[in-house]
Amino acid sequence: MSLIEINDLKVHYPIRSGFWNRITYSVKAVDGISFNIEAGETYGLVGESGSGKSTTGKSVVGLEKITSGSIMYKGKDITKKSNRKELDYNHDVQMIFQDSLSSLNPRKRIEDIIAEPLRNFEKLDANEEKLRVLQLLDIVGLDADALYKYPHQFSGGQRQRIGVARAVATNPKLIIADEPVSALDLSVQAQVLNFMKKIQREFGISYLFISHDLGVVRHMCNNIAIMNRGRLVEIGTRDDIYNHPLHIYTKRLLAAIPETNVNHRQEHREQRLEVEKIYQEQQDKYYDKDGKAYPLVQISPTHSVALPEDLVEKIKHEGEVKA
Amino acid sequence: MWKTILRRILIMIPEIIILSILVFLLAKAMPGDPFTGSINPKADPAQIHHLMKINGLYDPWYQQYWNWVVHLFHGNLGNSYQYQEPVTRLISGRAVNTLWLALFTTVLTYCFALPMGMYAAKHEGKLPDSIIRIYTYVTYCIPFFVILVIGIWIFGYVLGWFPTTGSVSSTANPGFPTIASRLYHILLPGILGALFGTVNIVQYLRSEVIDAKGSDYVRTARSKGVPEKDIYRHHIFRNSLLPIAAFAGYSITGLLNGSLFTETVFSYPGMGLLFINSISYRDYTVITALVLIYGILNLLGTLLSDIILSIVDPRIRIQ
Repeated sequence: MSLIEINDLKVHYPIRSGFWNRITYSVKAVDGISFNIEAGETYGLVGESGSGKSTTGKSVVGLEKITSGSIMYKGKDITKKSNRKELDYNHDVQMIFQDSLSSLNPRKRIEDIIAEPLRNFEKLDANEEKLRVLQLLDIVGLDADALYKYPHQFSGGQRQRIGVARAVATNPKLIIADEPVSALDLSVQAQVLNFMKKIQREFGISYLFISHDLGVVRHMCNNIAIMNRGRLVEIGTRDDIYNHPLHIYTKRLLAAIPETNVNHRQEHREQRLEVEKIYQEQQDKYYDKDGKAYPLVQISPTHSVALPEDLVEKIKHEGEVKA
Repeated sequence: MWKTILRRILIMIPEIIILSILVFLLAKAMPGDPFTGSINPKADPAQIHHLMKINGLYDPWYQQYWNWVVHLFHGNLGNSYQYQEPVTRLISGRAVNTLWLALFTTVLTYCFALPMGMYAAKHEGKLPDSIIRIYTYVTYCIPFFVILVIGIWIFGYVLGWFPTTGSVSSTANPGFPTIASRLYHILLPGILGALFGTVNIVQYLRSEVIDAKGSDYVRTARSKGVPEKDIYRHHIFRNSLLPIAAFAGYSITGLLNGSLFTETVFSYPGMGLLFINSISYRDYTVITALVLIYGILNLLGTLLSDIILSIVDPRIRIQ
């Protein structure tokens, strides 16, 4: 059974205007998405800026008021506040944020920051609590003298590791990582990601890894969902997405990864231009009249893509011919 | 921490010297002299001339200033020309009254303003918020002395609930009745001052809380599963108090200055009333002493603000 099941999640923001302040329009940040996260896996959620991936992440933690749909955890719909309370939901699901400085209270010491989730859910005496905080700091490779410092006295990478330690403090089952490394430079990115992987191995935590960086996602994730304009356009395993992309949006994202091998640069550029040409010419084919992605259609047991029926038939047929 | 405070105090020394020179010169620059009106309209100009001379009022300003400073360090601020008694004794009697009033008003103001600001911010954009905002704007718009006069008229004269003049009833017995009488006298000016002086604190606190409400670390706290009331108590309120704390030092001195209105309207024998009277009588010694005290209090207020700030916010401590 899946750890968490997201069914037809919709988050719309009403825009009020006019004299009576009535709802005249609504921004559909997330418009009907469904996916499951298995225990112990890392699920990648990829998309461009504004595609609704952070909103999805926040809804899963319970920070966002959702419009419709359900998020099932232990057989209960946690979009209801009372259910969240009953399950001690935030004990099991924590979140890591992108901006490590602003997401830590500037006037609290690291000790208090990391201990706060413990104080919410567990009754520990002062010594136990301190021991636990020290253990957590040790897991993310920070010294004991970090206890009495304030967030601004650390580097970005250290702060993000503090964020990780804070998220791990309650032994959660799932951590939502909302672009945890996109504000860090590459060497520090690797460091933080490796700590996250290490913690996953040790504690069997699942991640919902939100990112726009396909390189990082490839390194971290088993299953990947591609998001575009508030809807999912493609779901699949790492292999499905990186080696057999079907939706034009996925292809464009992949084509946008810079090529490190100088000898293949020209080739890569031509490929990218080709994808862009197809996109410009055949845009209508991949999106419906309103510019929204089609519903997902299953291609293989692990791979689904948002394409109209006729295209799917064609792809399936081609697959059979090849096989 | 102590280094920060010590440095701030050292910076104050040149400030006080400059302040004292300015105060002294400004008082001297006022037209008129302390004797012309006060002795006898028909007094001989030569007589006044003589008085000016023996009081050293014809000496060059730096000499007068020097004399004044030397006396200052002996705790002697000179004699009041108007009251014919030492300025120090005159002011210390009045200062106690003003301090009582200012303290009472400050405490009351914070008691009104802090909950109002928090409540308004918590319900941002809703009806309670609008009501509190309109209230603060209205109280800000009406000149304070108008409020005082209307307050006296309604509560002192028409309803007769409160005394309208003085600082203590002349018939009160010594001991507890005197203290009660003093409190009774500062009740009306204090309440009026507090009710109509909330605007700064409410608006500052409201905007700070609204800022903090949307900040990333509050989002983090929510994702940690911190209960809403603890989020307000531990994360939002403490961080929002910063500008209020910064403001506290100034507001105390502000109230001393504000006492000019209150004390004049209520004939309350404090420093404000003394100041106004001294100006109209050209009582130089009293004026310079009072302005100097106000100036030093302002400096102390800012010092206090800085100290509070460095306690509340670990990031701004100077090493």
